[in-house]
Amino acid sequence: MLNLRLYMLQRITALLMAPLVLGHLAVMIYAIQGGLSAAQILGRTQGSVLWFLFYGIFVVAVAIHGAIGLRAIVYEWAGLKGAALDVFMWVSGICLFALGARAVWAVTFA
Amino acid sequence: MTKATLKVTIDRGPNDQGAQTVFDVPAYDNQTVLDVVSWVQQNSDPTLSYRFACRVGMCGSCAMMVNGVPRWTCRTHISKVLDGNEVMIGPLRNLPVIKDLAVDMDPFFDKWVAAEGVHHGAATRNDPIAEIDVNTPSRVEANLGIECINCSVCYAACDTVAANPDYLGPAALLRAWTLLNDAKDEGRAKIMEAVSTKGGCHNCHSIGSCTAYCPNNLDPMSAIAGLKRETAKSFFKWGR
Repeated sequence: MLNLRLYMLQRITALLMAPLVLGHLAVMIYAIQGGLSAAQILGRTQGSVLWFLFYGIFVVAVAIHGAIGLRAIVYEWAGLKGAALDVFMWVSGICLFALGARAVWAVTFA
Repeated sequence: MTKATLKVTIDRGPNDQGAQTVFDVPAYDNQTVLDVVSWVQQNSDPTLSYRFACRVGMCGSCAMMVNGVPRWTCRTHISKVLDGNEVMIGPLRNLPVIKDLAVDMDPFFDKWVAAEGVHHGAATRNDPIAEIDVNTPSRVEANLGIECINCSVCYAACDTVAANPDYLGPAALLRAWTLLNDAKDEGRAKIMEAVSTKGGCHNCHSIGSCTAYCPNNLDPMSAIAGLKRETAKSFFKWGR
């Protein structure tokens, strides 16, 4: 169900996400200390290539990592097999990417 | 701690709709689980089917579930596994039951071959015998896995096998890892390919039941981790 390519993709995306998760948590804790408003946060993120790359890479990694993880879960726990399993993985990945990419785009360049 | 009578419940498998039969078996000193099953077959129910051969922990034939745990029954003292004076004996998990306590080992051995757990020789009978330095790290690693008796206890213990029918399982992957480290085996590319397929080593969740229950104290989980490391390195080398 997991071959070498899927395994490596999941491990590499995990490596990418480890520092990004820490950065994300640190920013959230830091940003609310002084009671920032939504407008003030948007003022910092809008047009920022740095924040676009930070959360853009994060979203791509989450979509790949999560879709492969969900694939393993539905195969082992729900018995989904063959083409249905591949379709499930791709749909999950695309949905995760769409949800995340929409949010990243909205706070940076929209 | 001899008790007069043991209450032995034997799972008769799917052919009898999961029926269980309870037997009263006299207790003896130094009695193994296999002795108990043999007593039942010889004295109480001659229709009881089970499998054994060597009785000394070499052949790997007699593994069964004892109180829900896979064990080599010929080397397991009944006194160590009794719950009061009761014990529950069933066929090995994760394999099709033929009858009563005898399971079909075909899937287990088919996966052994699918993992390239066969000798890949390049030398002929005319070549001199290769000299092997027993202290090289790869030989030391290979030595850790060669005492496997193919009993399928690890395969029965593995929750990944239970959930994932494609998964090759701990014993086959331990064999693949042993051959990968064996200087006399020339099948490196074939083994790396075989353990990287959809049922390969990457499906292991490192739960560790294989290592916990192996009657010979082997460590299939670490062997599988070794295969993951080697294949991950090859992933970058070959760009697959």
